[in-house]
Amino acid sequence: MLSGFDFSVITASLPFIREGLLFSVKLTVIAMTGGIIFGTLLAMARLANLGPLSLAATWYVNLMRSIPLLMVILWFFLVIPLITGTPIGAENSAIVTFTAFEAAYYSEIMRAGIQSIPKGQVWAGYAIGMNYWQTMGNVVLPQAFRNMLPILLTQTIILFQDTSLVYAIGAKDLLKAAEIAGKNYNRPVEMYVFAAIIYFVICFGLSYIVKRLQQRIAIIR
Amino acid sequence: MAMIEIKSISKWFGQFQALKECTTQVDKGEVVVVCGPSGSGKSTLIKCVNALEPIQQGEIIVDGIRVNDPKTDLPKLRSLVGMVFQHFELFPHMTVLDNVSLGQVKVLGRKPDEAAENSKKLLHRVGLSHHAHKHPGQLSGGQQQRVAIARALAMNPICMLFDEPTSALDPEMINEVLDVMVELAQEGMTMMVVTHEMGFAKKVAHRVIFMDAGAIVEDDKKEEFFGSPRSERAQQFLSKILHH
Amino acid sequence: MNYHWNWGIFFEQIKGGDETYLDWLITGFGWTVSVSLSAWVIALLLGFLVGTIRTAPSPWLVRLGTAYVELFRNVPLLVQMFLWFFVVPELLPRDLALWVKQDMPAKEFITATVCLGLFTSARIAEQVRAGIGSLPRGQSMAGLAMGFTLAQTYRYVILPMAFRIVIPPLTSEFMNIFKNSSVAFAIGVLELTFQARQMQEDSEQGIETYLAVTVLYFACAFIANRVMAFIEKRTQVPGYITSAK
Repeated sequence: MLSGFDFSVITASLPFIREGLLFSVKLTVIAMTGGIIFGTLLAMARLANLGPLSLAATWYVNLMRSIPLLMVILWFFLVIPLITGTPIGAENSAIVTFTAFEAAYYSEIMRAGIQSIPKGQVWAGYAIGMNYWQTMGNVVLPQAFRNMLPILLTQTIILFQDTSLVYAIGAKDLLKAAEIAGKNYNRPVEMYVFAAIIYFVICFGLSYIVKRLQQRIAIIR
Repeated sequence: MAMIEIKSISKWFGQFQALKECTTQVDKGEVVVVCGPSGSGKSTLIKCVNALEPIQQGEIIVDGIRVNDPKTDLPKLRSLVGMVFQHFELFPHMTVLDNVSLGQVKVLGRKPDEAAENSKKLLHRVGLSHHAHKHPGQLSGGQQQRVAIARALAMNPICMLFDEPTSALDPEMINEVLDVMVELAQEGMTMMVVTHEMGFAKKVAHRVIFMDAGAIVEDDKKEEFFGSPRSERAQQFLSKILHH
Repeated sequence: MNYHWNWGIFFEQIKGGDETYLDWLITGFGWTVSVSLSAWVIALLLGFLVGTIRTAPSPWLVRLGTAYVELFRNVPLLVQMFLWFFVVPELLPRDLALWVKQDMPAKEFITATVCLGLFTSARIAEQVRAGIGSLPRGQSMAGLAMGFTLAQTYRYVILPMAFRIVIPPLTSEFMNIFKNSSVAFAIGVLELTFQARQMQEDSEQGIETYLAVTVLYFACAFIANRVMAFIEKRTQVPGYITSAK
């Protein structure tokens, strides 16, 4: 069975695959950074009494979380050119989409993190005269972020896997690169297996790090 | 001269009325102890003074500033009023020194090294010089509470609020905190202290307020309160608490 | 924004056929529900099996279960779809592989269902393991002390409580499986996302198309949530709070 496999095509297509992988990683890093920033703002908006703004944040998060990422990818790919008037390309569209989409998921994590900080901490911040932003920035968010770090990273691993869905709009990520290489050399089976192995090694490695981190945080507490 | 004026304030948590038309005042340099059974509203009352809890009726004036006026700059007001909490509420992700310095840097705008110098002096004063670079989690409860007092003092407050500062402590640590508070009182700090430590009240308080079910039942000079409390509730409370 | 709206598009006939676009969407909805529900059955059965195995007193069984979970958790679902569709048939004996590739009925549907079912089972297994782990150790000791075999202890003591504990996380998995079924478009299952792309290209009324499909996905998530809430209520143990709502 496996004897029919020809793994020499993998070496030949390595530079090509590398480019795809780089895009997947770039997409992950940008979406993670932007997602955590916007997600934290969304969480703060939901937890503060801001009337319509809090409501809008709640709706945004719930909406994003109840439709498939694939549909969100298709939506943004369709709508962004309608708004901007020019096509922005699959890669850029993917970056905008993932940042907006992941913000909803990160915001739920940060919301739980903020809520896990006892109310007395906020009181103590206020009591020494700090305002809302100072109390958030110096007291609440650093603790919330630290408590939630393993979960934020786990979400990032999921995000990295989800980047493979840009396949649907033809952005050239790791999976797409593997598929194209597979077609070029007429060895799709080998290339799919190779892509799967790369995903597995990265995700497994990262989740191992998260596990170690979790143990360390558990000790510090 | 009144430092803290509390004028007929009422507060509700939903349907439940936590404070019922409470009126009292704390003069400059005065030490006032607030006591009463649990759930009597004493912690809520003290948190209203620096607006950590909003009130629905009445008025509180601190050093001439109307606390409940929407135009009042609350962070500024709070920086003038020091507060010590039942559960210390030190910031666990910062060292002891940074805990004391944070407000000085972020609120008073002091330079970090200047703030650190001042913090070290204050830590020395509460007897914790050697623990400046530890994290709160590495200290005992009594030590943490002394850091919390240093943190409040670092803002050069015009008065101090203590919300049951010793009730989360093991008995053997209570005195190390009370000693610091007694010292403060003797230096003339204006203090409003929610506590069950009647020894502290007898030693340094000028007045004692007794609360029950959200209302101020007694508000007397210390000697009168301990000598002959007028209300039956206060008599019962005292007999229970002084018994041991 | 320059967009030509046409809400009547759903009742128009597709180009070069006598179906309407609405028929496409209905077909898509049917496949989405079929794939999701069939995969859910597989996921529940295997998830509980593997999750239970991971708490067994045999280190080899535990390792086997862990390997299973890690394998399915660390490869993207879309990649797993391709693996099942293109790679797995190559690993089969020659005759069987030929049959799978050429004659197997509903090949896309079966592949997608198996793939999605196994993928979800790994996630359920993780929650079942955590659920069993959160039960006090005294529970299984009490079972064994009564003279139950290990299997009986699991059957009568551990699993009934574990089941109730995992209902809240299972609710979100049940909602996820409908969302994740969209990935099946990539191997040609005619489900909602497939139809959405097809109708968008064919009719050029993207916004109307996506709105309709989004609403249908929304409906799936909502119904899934209600069904699980109903089950949670029915199986509630008085005096035992499994999760704050």
